[in-house]
Amino acid sequence: MTVARFWRKIPHRYNLIGTHCTTCNEYYFPPRTMCPTCRRDGKMEPHKFQGKGEVVTYTVIHTAAKGYEMQAPYNLAIIKLDEGPSLTGQVVCGQEEMDIGMRVRSVFRKLGEESEKGMIYYGTKFVPE
Amino acid sequence: MKVGIVSYGAYVPRYRIKIEEIAKVWGDDALSIIGGLKVKEKSVPGLDEDAITIAVEAARSAVNRGNVDASRLGAIYCGSESHPYAVKPTSTIVAAAVGAEPNLTAADFEFACKAGTAAIQTCMGLVGAGMIDIGLAIGADVSQGAPGDALEYTAAAGGAAYIIGSSDLAAVIEDTYSFTTDTPDFWRREGMPYPEHGGRFTGEPGYFKHVTSAATGLMDKLGTKPSDYDYAVFHQPNGKFPQNVSRKLGFTPEQIKTGLVVSRLGNTYSGSCMIGLAAILDRAVEGDRIFMTAFGSGAGSDAFSITVTDRIDEIRDMAPKVEELLNNPIYMNYATYAKHKGKIKV
Repeated sequence: MTVARFWRKIPHRYNLIGTHCTTCNEYYFPPRTMCPTCRRDGKMEPHKFQGKGEVVTYTVIHTAAKGYEMQAPYNLAIIKLDEGPSLTGQVVCGQEEMDIGMRVRSVFRKLGEESEKGMIYYGTKFVPE
Repeated sequence: MKVGIVSYGAYVPRYRIKIEEIAKVWGDDALSIIGGLKVKEKSVPGLDEDAITIAVEAARSAVNRGNVDASRLGAIYCGSESHPYAVKPTSTIVAAAVGAEPNLTAADFEFACKAGTAAIQTCMGLVGAGMIDIGLAIGADVSQGAPGDALEYTAAAGGAAYIIGSSDLAAVIEDTYSFTTDTPDFWRREGMPYPEHGGRFTGEPGYFKHVTSAATGLMDKLGTKPSDYDYAVFHQPNGKFPQNVSRKLGFTPEQIKTGLVVSRLGNTYSGSCMIGLAAILDRAVEGDRIFMTAFGSGAGSDAFSITVTDRIDEIRDMAPKVEELLNNPIYMNYATYAKHKGKIKV
């Protein structure tokens, strides 16, 4: 990932800043510039999600991608935020603690790094609430 | 103008390693070490935790506890001796993560274990001078100890954040006093992974001389004595040093008991004294007086005299307390600990 690409997404990654359409009251994450339902009639505003939600489903990664080897095995889940949208995120806890429907909350963690001398990527993960 | 603590927050990773587990690897006598250091276990950072993530979690806790509008923060200073970047501020990442950008000043501090209290003093100065409304001072570390070194038994992970202001105070900081000399008792050179230290030299000419001088200096300045305080907290590199220095100064074991978290936490370096203070604020009531003295090798001590206000009751339960952060730990063996601390490379 280039530095500029990460930098552009800092508000979303650090603070779960998405968007809210005030016309149809739908919430979006990642943020959209246009409401797919209301189209031109939609009025979008930035929205900071509370960071609480529940696990819709999850998997345990044993064969990790490059750069994540030290974290394996780790839990990767689809999380439905209380405001509505779903996102993919890591749930930091033991595999035995994972359960579909479990409540989670967001935390600030290291997501990865470019290399030993490259930039460090920070952002949101989840832990059991 | 009264200056003090508007809110505070602490963070400790969930992972722990027991002293016995470390001693087993190096063939040391665990009971003798536990008896000498008065530390039973220490915190270990998660694989995805570092001084920045700890600083952010503590800072968010402080913002939430006091229901503070983060855009009011005019300064963020983060003290640590384990900043993940050698060049690139921890404090700007904290500013973005708590929503304080962009109208503020920020910088990283380093002064061994007392960089966080130096940040508190700086915020006090800026608030007192009217240059900022409120400021955020953080002490956070994932401290390093070389494999087999005495430091490995105590070097832990954790941090605390304090929002300093002049209104809506949960505690008034009546005064602060520092004692600083060039004493090379502990250091880490640029690019080196682990610190070096002077062994027993860190004790008398380092810790005891500076803590005692700063503490007596502040009490002389204010005309107070140990019995005027309900609580006292001193830098906790182990359990023995703060107990000995408090006794020497005339404080009782009862006064230091609440803030002495080191036996279950280890030495969180820049976070050490500040987490101890948080543990006291978690329990203190209006009118309680707290005496705090931090120590950083190199060397210096910052002493503070603090009085709790009635606002503590409003904010105390709005964020995790230190006791809650120390509960529910996940214990690990030395191999997993070595992995968490980056001592295993792949």
